[in-house]
Amino acid sequence: MLTTFQMQALLTAAVWTAGLSLIAFVLGGAVGLLIAVMRVSANRVLRGIAFTYIQIVQGTPLLVMMMLAFFGLSILGFDLAPFTAASFAMVIYSSAYFGEIWRGGILAVPKTQWEAAECLALHPVQRFWLVIIPQGLRISTPPTVGFMVQIVKNTSLASVIGVAELTYTSKLINNSTFQPFIIFSVVAVLYFCMCYPLAWWSRKLEDKLNVAHR
Amino acid sequence: MTYTFDFSFLAEYWPQLLKGLAQTAQLSLLSIIFGFLLGTLLAIGRTAQSKLLRRVCAIYVEAIRNTPLLVQMFMIYFGLASVGFKLSAEFCAVLAIVINVSSYTCEIMRAGIESVRKGQREASDCLGLTWLQSLFLVVLPPATERVYPALVSQFILIMLATSLVSQISAEELTSTAARIDSMTFRSFEIYTVVALIYIGLAFVFRLGFWALSRLVFPRLRRLGTPL
Repeated sequence: MLTTFQMQALLTAAVWTAGLSLIAFVLGGAVGLLIAVMRVSANRVLRGIAFTYIQIVQGTPLLVMMMLAFFGLSILGFDLAPFTAASFAMVIYSSAYFGEIWRGGILAVPKTQWEAAECLALHPVQRFWLVIIPQGLRISTPPTVGFMVQIVKNTSLASVIGVAELTYTSKLINNSTFQPFIIFSVVAVLYFCMCYPLAWWSRKLEDKLNVAHR
Repeated sequence: MTYTFDFSFLAEYWPQLLKGLAQTAQLSLLSIIFGFLLGTLLAIGRTAQSKLLRRVCAIYVEAIRNTPLLVQMFMIYFGLASVGFKLSAEFCAVLAIVINVSSYTCEIMRAGIESVRKGQREASDCLGLTWLQSLFLVVLPPATERVYPALVSQFILIMLATSLVSQISAEELTSTAARIDSMTFRSFEIYTVVALIYIGLAFVFRLGFWALSRLVFPRLRRLGTPL
């Protein structure tokens, strides 16, 4: 079985996993909102840029993005720690998906809301940020929380560029103890404990928002 | 920035990349086909009469969907080897991905099955169809057609996720890239090329699934509208 020291190492690593997920969620969410807004903007160029960005990011495996961030940023002259490179890749990755999710939410806001805001003489900026965005984000809350599960799980890929998160630490421990079933089961349970509450919460939100169709 | 880009390694290594591409495509197709079959079976179990069967399928799906694919792969590859099953890395890779994709497919197909109206089921009962006949002739075809776009997205994601099998030393595009990288030290260039190949492959897959939808859903072909 695992020693106390190994258990401690795993829990520390779990904190890094959670931290990386949080960074991906907060920064990725900020960039993602920008992408979503660009994606529904009236300007054709902005729409095109956002669309291309999403297509490229969604067509590339996160593993390859991690490598590109790790090697690419260092040749640009930034001497980055693996954690920073992994955060960078995660932010790019999550921003594209958030952009698509929130675009769906924004488009799902009934057209009458746009018209009503216009009738109330709201400026287009006010209309968008005070009327449409709050409702759009509310509609897309369940898939957003659902995607957070994906973020937590995908931080496991940061292990390939040497970030000492849960998967990396478990590999290290396995290399010295040779008990893969035990160690990876423990790690799977740790991931499950982080992801399941999110998945559950997402389902609850969905039920709550779906009152009309129950 | 004093770095000069150098893509000259491509001249020498492109046959290897091409082979990696073929391996990735093969791995993806195998995983998608078996994952879809297993996932559909699970979805049938998830909507079955028996409460026990429903519960078992639900636990399986939740356990798989809330743990990372990488950890599942390690568990299968290193774990099975430690208890005496010596399986090839390629087989473990397909096994892990099939298990993973089946749980996602299950949830998608369950939504499809539940979207088929109860009256259809009752009508097929009245026509004297057996349970199997009504399932395969009445319920599954429209169910699949309705959730087809979601299935395609999931399958593309799985195609991208096959890059993970490089971590258990199975041969495909990303592991080929890592090997070329270790020989040429042109990390950024090689991963850029590989990223472009993946984007192209994702596009080809999307196109292929679109063509498939025209082929297997005759109603869609004739009318051109979603169900």
